[in-house]
Amino acid sequence: MLKFIIKRIGGAIPTLLILITVTFFLIRVAPGGPFDSEKDLPPEIQQKLEAKYHLDEPLHQQYFRYLGNIIQGDFGPSFQYKDFTVTELIAQGFPISLTIGGLALVFAFFVGISIGTVAAVKQNSWVDYLLMSSAMTGVSIPNFVAAPLLILLFAINFDVFPAGGWGDGKFEYLVLPVFALSLRYIAYIARLMRGSMIEVLASDYIRTAKAKGLSMTQIILKHALKPSLMPIISYLGPAAAGITTGSVVIEKIFGVPGLGRYFVLGALNRDYTLVMGVVIFIGVMVVLFNLIVDILYAWLDPKLRVQSQ
Amino acid sequence: MMFGKKSLLLGLAKTLPNETQGKSLMFYALQRLRKNKLAVTSFVVLVLMVLAVLILPFFSPYEIEFIDWEYMSIPPNSETQHYFGTDALGRDLFARTLHGGRISLLVGIVATAVSLIIGVTYGAIAGYFGGKVDSVMMRIVDILYALPFMFLVIMLMVVFGRNIFLIFAAIGGYIWLDMARIVRGQTLTLKNKEFIESAVAIGASTPAIIFRHIIPNLLGIVVVYVTLTVPQVILVESFLSFLGLGVQEPYTSWGALVNEGAQDMEIAPWSLIFPASFLAVTLFCFNFIGDGLRDALDPRER
Repeated sequence: MLKFIIKRIGGAIPTLLILITVTFFLIRVAPGGPFDSEKDLPPEIQQKLEAKYHLDEPLHQQYFRYLGNIIQGDFGPSFQYKDFTVTELIAQGFPISLTIGGLALVFAFFVGISIGTVAAVKQNSWVDYLLMSSAMTGVSIPNFVAAPLLILLFAINFDVFPAGGWGDGKFEYLVLPVFALSLRYIAYIARLMRGSMIEVLASDYIRTAKAKGLSMTQIILKHALKPSLMPIISYLGPAAAGITTGSVVIEKIFGVPGLGRYFVLGALNRDYTLVMGVVIFIGVMVVLFNLIVDILYAWLDPKLRVQSQ
Repeated sequence: MMFGKKSLLLGLAKTLPNETQGKSLMFYALQRLRKNKLAVTSFVVLVLMVLAVLILPFFSPYEIEFIDWEYMSIPPNSETQHYFGTDALGRDLFARTLHGGRISLLVGIVATAVSLIIGVTYGAIAGYFGGKVDSVMMRIVDILYALPFMFLVIMLMVVFGRNIFLIFAAIGGYIWLDMARIVRGQTLTLKNKEFIESAVAIGASTPAIIFRHIIPNLLGIVVVYVTLTVPQVILVESFLSFLGLGVQEPYTSWGALVNEGAQDMEIAPWSLIFPASFLAVTLFCFNFIGDGLRDALDPRER
């Protein structure tokens, strides 16, 4: 198991390295430097500024300096928010994004597998058709369409939940963003779960369980659930990446001060260091999460564990 | 009982024509697809949608940039010929929704074509050569796959400015990864078939084998993924446009329109609802067709 984990970590390093390299050079070829403001700076000041941010060094030296800084968790200063470093901005936004994203993922996971299981058990009945066509609708409606519609319905027409803001993470402020973010993933997980549950329910050992006289609930909970979760587990990686991306939109719509909002503001204001920092930070998070999912998968599926050794 | 059933089957077998005509996998798949009512309906709706965005703008009395000072944010009505109403600036939403559809569909198709060309070639080469070539090529795919692509695309937009061709290239340049994986898998099973062996035996060159014998036999699976890729691309483009990082004025797309609509939805819900439903219906249709095709091609369903 340890060998497997080490191998996976080794596999993640090139990804991160490429990400950092691409990001670094992209920003370097970007037209317009950070100190190109409306008025021309006197050359001495320009020089001093460049020296301060090490922009006068040769490119490869800058690159290794940046790499070294990132490993120490230092993403440099933000060009837009002059009083903050990028690391501080990330530290401010990340817990908020993590709350919304994490809740959305957990919510999508549990609701999705419940819907998928019910649809599989009632295969080809009206319940199945109803659930699966709603799931298809869910997959097809982008979150930036769902979110304004949810606001229109629940915040403006019925006034049940606030239309936006963070409210220090109070429950009523969380409901709409989390739901809007998870909708697509509930639908997708439900579809996956239905397919895999149908396959499992058709296998011989389930027939044996039925012959033993176990009730359907017992069969599902004790025998069918764990094996049919496998495709869902492997989907969790892409889902988490999708939710991270989705939260950019959700944070914009609901005015939540998370990582995604800083990212969009940074992108619109051409705050290069902020954009870079957020991209790398999110890259690391996604890679880490994928690692966890891989380990979880290997733990659930002994076959895979043996093969890799 | 058992014997009775068998002789019945044998009797039925005799009524079949002796020579089994070679029918392609695709033929059977289309036959099964035709029975899938949802997929057929989706196909019809999609064709209508494409025709609508191509033809209907010619019947609209308003240009997309025309500002109707007398009617700003008016609800849909036929008297003023603003069939979908106007937005906060007094621009006709009927014309804008249809023009936006042109851009959205165009992005979907062009970026999918880019991904198709790269992905199929790449996957077929990796699968055909196998061994070290394959493992290096697929390792590259794995690495690229793990990158937070959406964020990289946004960064590209920030660095190089917002350009529609860049959107095509950036999206197409990422979406091919799925295609490459699927094509590689299929090629691995194909390359040991007899017809490839005989092509090698008669001295066909490797590029000829890949492009003339392997790739045409992959078409079935590729078609499925194309129908599933187009909505994905449309979604990515609308996502970018929604954030204000995609298509720029005077052009518009469904994503950009949804963004504008979401800002005025309290006073003018129609400016959100029309582009949003066009977008959702299109994605819905593509997903249903792709799903239907996948089921139809699945050998287990035969």
